[in-house]
Amino acid sequence: MMRHPRVWMSLLLCLAFSSAHASWTVNMAPGATEVSRSVFDLHMTIFWICVVIGVVVFGAMFWSMLVHRRSTGQQPAHFHESTTVEILWTVVPLVILVLMAIPATKTLIEIYDNSESELDIQVTGYQWKWHYKYLGQDVEFFSNLTTPQDQINNLAVKGEHYLLEVDEPLVVPVGTKVRFLITAADVIHSWWVPALAVKKDAIPGFINESWTRIDEPGIYRGQCTELCGKDHGFMPVVVEAKSKVDFATWLAERKQLAATEKELTSKEWTLDELMARGEKAYNTACAACHQPTGEGLPPMFPALKGSAIATGAAAGHIGIVVNGKPGTAMAAFGKQLSEVDLAAIITYERNAWGNKVGDMVTPKDILEFKKAQE
Amino acid sequence: MSAVIDTHGHAGHDHHHGPAKGLMRWVLTTNHKDIGTMYLWFSFAMFLLGGTMAMVIRAELFQPGLQIVQPEFFNQMTTMHGLIMVFGAVMPAFVGLANWMIPLMIGAPDMALPRMNNFSFWLLPAAFSMMVSTLFMEGGGPNFGWTFYAPLSTTYAPESVTFFIFAVHLMGISSIMGAINVVATILNLRAPGMTLMKMPLFVWTWLITAFLLIAVMPVLAGCVTMMLMDIHFGTSFFSAAGGGDPVLFQHVFWFFGHPEVYIMILPAFGAVSAIIPAFARKPLFGYTSMVYATASIAFLSFIVWAHHMFTVGIPLTGELFFMYATMLIAVPTGVKVFNWASTMWQGSMTFETPMLFSVAFVILFTIGGFSGLMLAIAPADFQYHDTYFVVAHFHYVLVPGAIFGIFASAYYWLPKWTGHMYDETLGKLHFWMSFVGMNMAFFPMHFVGLAGMPRRIPDYNMMFANFNMVSSIGAFMFGATQLLFLFIVIKCIRSGQPAAAKPWDGAEGLEWTVPSPAPYHTFQTPPEVK
Repeated sequence: MMRHPRVWMSLLLCLAFSSAHASWTVNMAPGATEVSRSVFDLHMTIFWICVVIGVVVFGAMFWSMLVHRRSTGQQPAHFHESTTVEILWTVVPLVILVLMAIPATKTLIEIYDNSESELDIQVTGYQWKWHYKYLGQDVEFFSNLTTPQDQINNLAVKGEHYLLEVDEPLVVPVGTKVRFLITAADVIHSWWVPALAVKKDAIPGFINESWTRIDEPGIYRGQCTELCGKDHGFMPVVVEAKSKVDFATWLAERKQLAATEKELTSKEWTLDELMARGEKAYNTACAACHQPTGEGLPPMFPALKGSAIATGAAAGHIGIVVNGKPGTAMAAFGKQLSEVDLAAIITYERNAWGNKVGDMVTPKDILEFKKAQE
Repeated sequence: MSAVIDTHGHAGHDHHHGPAKGLMRWVLTTNHKDIGTMYLWFSFAMFLLGGTMAMVIRAELFQPGLQIVQPEFFNQMTTMHGLIMVFGAVMPAFVGLANWMIPLMIGAPDMALPRMNNFSFWLLPAAFSMMVSTLFMEGGGPNFGWTFYAPLSTTYAPESVTFFIFAVHLMGISSIMGAINVVATILNLRAPGMTLMKMPLFVWTWLITAFLLIAVMPVLAGCVTMMLMDIHFGTSFFSAAGGGDPVLFQHVFWFFGHPEVYIMILPAFGAVSAIIPAFARKPLFGYTSMVYATASIAFLSFIVWAHHMFTVGIPLTGELFFMYATMLIAVPTGVKVFNWASTMWQGSMTFETPMLFSVAFVILFTIGGFSGLMLAIAPADFQYHDTYFVVAHFHYVLVPGAIFGIFASAYYWLPKWTGHMYDETLGKLHFWMSFVGMNMAFFPMHFVGLAGMPRRIPDYNMMFANFNMVSSIGAFMFGATQLLFLFIVIKCIRSGQPAAAKPWDGAEGLEWTVPSPAPYHTFQTPPEVK
């Protein structure tokens, strides 16, 4: 392949005129908050300290390599110790480090001050999506990657925010101290938004705290930064900062939406309606593991197509979706998804890809199942 | 002991002193040189295998999008690449160098515990065959990163994880036995007159490394045993649902893991401290401070582990403690770098391949040290943590650090091992190709990391595309160049100018007092050190 000059040419062209979004960014950005700017300043300070030390040490080495070589007729000196210089180059770095530690400590103390927050949001990491819950506001939702599979598989042109786009970003108001309570439902994830300088591990069974106060409205993008399995690279974090007024409007709309969603539970559903909703919900919640074709990725992620559970009694099927299967990657979706979505997904799984059970699981069935468990 | 040797000297004069014939020579050998050779070849084989996996990773990351492998397999590649390079390539290479060189440097006839030496080597092929075989098992091999954080490596792991755990146990046993052997040899078998403070620095750094190994390999064994219990016996060490704690895993792992990174660099410090004086034709500057600096680094390595965990949510005071302690490491490390630079100062330098690798070691390892210092600043680490900046950092300390140290040692001592000089032109070519390839592969990783690219992802946004392509090209170049090294070594063994007992005019040490190649048995009568 490499023998073709055209390949090389296109490679060079790629490098020289790479697509509009590609960049040669070499440094961190100062970010959008006071904390992120202090962090950036620390980063630059320690960087320049390293540069100065590097210039001095490497400069001396290169000078020495140019001058003190046998080919220039140098005779080796014989000195091999000096307590004075040893003490000097122990103490001087120590002093520099102490000076560096002072601003670092200050910033760290500021970052750790989680008190007096004005809005609390619980952030939960799932394989492989984020869940946001506005505490005390009755608003919660999942945030899923929206980059189409075709772009990932190079069958379509990649968009500007390739892999950094979600269906529902986390919306926060500007100029407000927002506290994040970060946890996970399955494995360890890490919630990171570079522009906010917030990175905190999401650990199952524990809650970590972090906070931010964003200056300007805007969209800030980040990613999960702790290896969390197959789709670790495919669970972005997107934060949308709105003005306080816009945020209030948005929150009111979301509350309204949540109320309407609740009413759906008591609605009389038809099989077609459930199948349509189920397909959509399945593709966001289940397809990453069980695949859009229902064939799964055995043996880690079993096939649902023709599976005993998906074609067996409804109760067993509801049970595994609601409660998960301990000791495997199958999570308990009972608390993650609404009754409507659970019912739709289960109905869909029983009647898609050639599974022909023909029955219908309704939101009421799910509610009854949950009640029976209590 | 000496009585036995005496008897042997009188009665067993006609015994053959050469190696046994055939394959059984290698299976049954207790000779430190044979075992050293096997360690070195094994390590090189693992280096090529782990390198091949790196090539798969870089090929997938050549462009955005998924082209060559799926995320599942990509994760297995990153995991296996890390495990193989750490436990299969770097550590055995240093044990190989220790086996070959420590007895020659201290004037001992062999390692103190030769049979155990044989056993500790042969555990390794068993361990790695088992570990690599998991790639072909149903569900695939380890896919949870070389740091194998729970619960991804327990509840959510592929079934082959049990084989992985057993393989880690075997590697641990091998390392512990190797380390005990090194300690026993150095403390008991030094030639008369060789006091501790007269030992070559390579011996010193290995002595300290061996103590680190003995201290932390059992911790790793405990860690994987707890995993085993969680997976198969219903315990909940690392599961909050059963009263355990996933963060406990990280504390235990990094209590092993941080000293482990010094295990991979200290012997290289020692080797470079022998090579730079040899080619500067000037004694090592500050021998005593080098010894104390090494000991200080080893001590500090036990109290900095949580700097790998700045984002897990440790309390403020803990965070501050680990930040300060980590920054402190810069002091003894700086002392070492300053000492090497001063050794070169006003020397009469020539730049044969071992010297080239050693000078590059000092400069590039220092760059890795600088990024390490940046990572130590906890608030800044929140931005660096688990991004490509970290990948750049540890590759800078491990590739031009540990691996260049190993290359420098190999070229320096090849004449002693083979009795032939290697091809200097090809050696220099190997150096320059490695140097350019390695910098091209790893330097841009700093940039994409700072720009926000997380590590361990198979696909990325276009804003990271340019530098990733540069990285991949550099990595392919570095990878391909290592085949040249194989060629150089084989050429050196089979042909090449005969080497004098002391082929480097500035070299010091007992190893140069025996002929090249070093006879099968050396120092049966201990030399006198003044």
